[in-house]
Amino acid sequence: MRLARLDRRVTPYLLVAPFFVLFGVFGLYPLANTAWMSLHEWDLLDGPTAFTGWANYAALFTDPHFYNALGNTASIFVIATVPQLLAALGVAALLDRPLRGSAVWRAAVLLPNVVPVVAVALVLTQLFGRDQGLVNWALTGLGVEAVDWRAHSWSAHLGVAVMVIWRWTGYNALLYLAAMQAVPRELHEAAELDGASRWRAFWSVTLPSIRPTVLFTVVMSTIGGFQLFTEPLLFGGGGSGGVDRQFQTLVMYLYEAGFQRFDAGYAAAVSWVLFVLCAVLALINAALLRRVVREA
Amino acid sequence: MRLRRGGPVRGGGPVRGGGQSRRGVLPVVALLVVVAASLFPLYWSVVVASHDNAGISARVPPLLPGGEFADNAREVFEAVDFWLALRNSAIVACAVTASNVLLSTLAGFAFARLRFRGRTALFAVVVGSVLVPVQLGVVPLFVLVGELGWYGRLEAVVVPGLMSAFSVFWMRQACREAVHEVLVDAARVDGCSLVRTYWHVALPALRPHATVLAMLTFLASWNDFFWPLVVLDPNETPTVQVVLSRLAGGYYTDYPLVLTGAVLGTLPVVVLFVLLARSIVGGVMRGAVNG
Repeated sequence: MRLARLDRRVTPYLLVAPFFVLFGVFGLYPLANTAWMSLHEWDLLDGPTAFTGWANYAALFTDPHFYNALGNTASIFVIATVPQLLAALGVAALLDRPLRGSAVWRAAVLLPNVVPVVAVALVLTQLFGRDQGLVNWALTGLGVEAVDWRAHSWSAHLGVAVMVIWRWTGYNALLYLAAMQAVPRELHEAAELDGASRWRAFWSVTLPSIRPTVLFTVVMSTIGGFQLFTEPLLFGGGGSGGVDRQFQTLVMYLYEAGFQRFDAGYAAAVSWVLFVLCAVLALINAALLRRVVREA
Repeated sequence: MRLRRGGPVRGGGPVRGGGQSRRGVLPVVALLVVVAASLFPLYWSVVVASHDNAGISARVPPLLPGGEFADNAREVFEAVDFWLALRNSAIVACAVTASNVLLSTLAGFAFARLRFRGRTALFAVVVGSVLVPVQLGVVPLFVLVGELGWYGRLEAVVVPGLMSAFSVFWMRQACREAVHEVLVDAARVDGCSLVRTYWHVALPALRPHATVLAMLTFLASWNDFFWPLVVLDPNETPTVQVVLSRLAGGYYTDYPLVLTGAVLGTLPVVVLFVLLARSIVGGVMRGAVNG
């Protein structure tokens, strides 16, 4: 009997221990260490050389390359996220109706999300190529002048955003679909009885009901969008994101500082700013969205 | 399949009635467009991968696959050690998957069905770290891995990947659905130890969920790029993604070669997806309701 009590008291900790031991060493410890590191002049390979207090942050906040990366990240985030989530809502609404072979449709929509990001980035970079890309070929065919996609920030941001949109629209659509299917039938029937148009019913019944999921996708897109790295890196131009850094994102800048210049202290400072930004943006998004949907 | 819009009363009168057949066709057409857009880049990869350089730089780009895929594939295997990359990616993804499933079922079971002091606080840590960007700890993690002597070795990618807060979070939700409290209580009354309860009650009930988590983890690990790029040796211990980025990394990009590599690296994932699409879709959608 005492053994059984010991079992009930101790075993739960043993069950969660393997996770927390690994998580502590390879998750929490590096996290805490980022803060410590950011207060030092720290060479990635040789270790710390001096405690410099807030110097890294002071330098960061007057660094034009940092603001450039921040602006690019924000711009790509907006161009990628807004159309993506709206399209996902549309796709979800299309899937949320009696449909033959619904499993196949859903799978087809999710497929882009399982394709390796690297492969996605490579083929879309080819499609957006200046001389042999299909996009420019189509544009010229329509009588529009070909675009050197990598050369300008607007076009490079658009190109990178298309990669993100392609990869995530279907995934978000399935999240919305799941939420839509959990909306009680009675609500829709009531709306129909009241003579609400389909659009009206979508706007006043479906959308408010799936608000938590919309919120969730907005927060996750924010976190994901501010970590954007692979797509712009492979769009060309190495870690600098083009000759004028026209599509260097924050994580690319972190990569450049930490793993190309070996300035670990500075990179750690970028990490923390990135984290605070994500947290603040997620909160703002959540607050904004809550208000918008409530007013609708 | 739900038929919630098939009720006898329809608002809108004759106008909507008249659009009945059109309304049936339009959504399907719209969906076809969406699916075509989803498939096109994959199709285009195959097109480019099956032509030579002269073929794709023709004035009018070829819109249909050509016959050069085998030659291009041979060239990929000569240019880089693609077998090694495939092997490394498979080793990493399998180890990471097996460990994530084991650790998350253990912890998920404890968080979902057992009572112990500190449970709420510990689980809050899990939830919190799901939301923290991975890149936050990447520089110190690199230093740590160096201190362990793992630069350029697969351990550097495998060991930090053995657990993830996301899988624990996910598995706890699954456990709350699949492992009934009554069963756990019954096992206790019968004098069954908690480890045996996990093994004989929780684990069998969690098998379908574990399969889904295994697939999601395998895909994520196979597709991972930032960390392997930073910490692995592209010549000695490349993964598929690292090798692909290297193929594309030269001054001049040989697209038929690069996209042949991309097709070869994507193929295992797509095959896995097609075989298990139904449960992967189910897993993604289940995550939504709980999230």
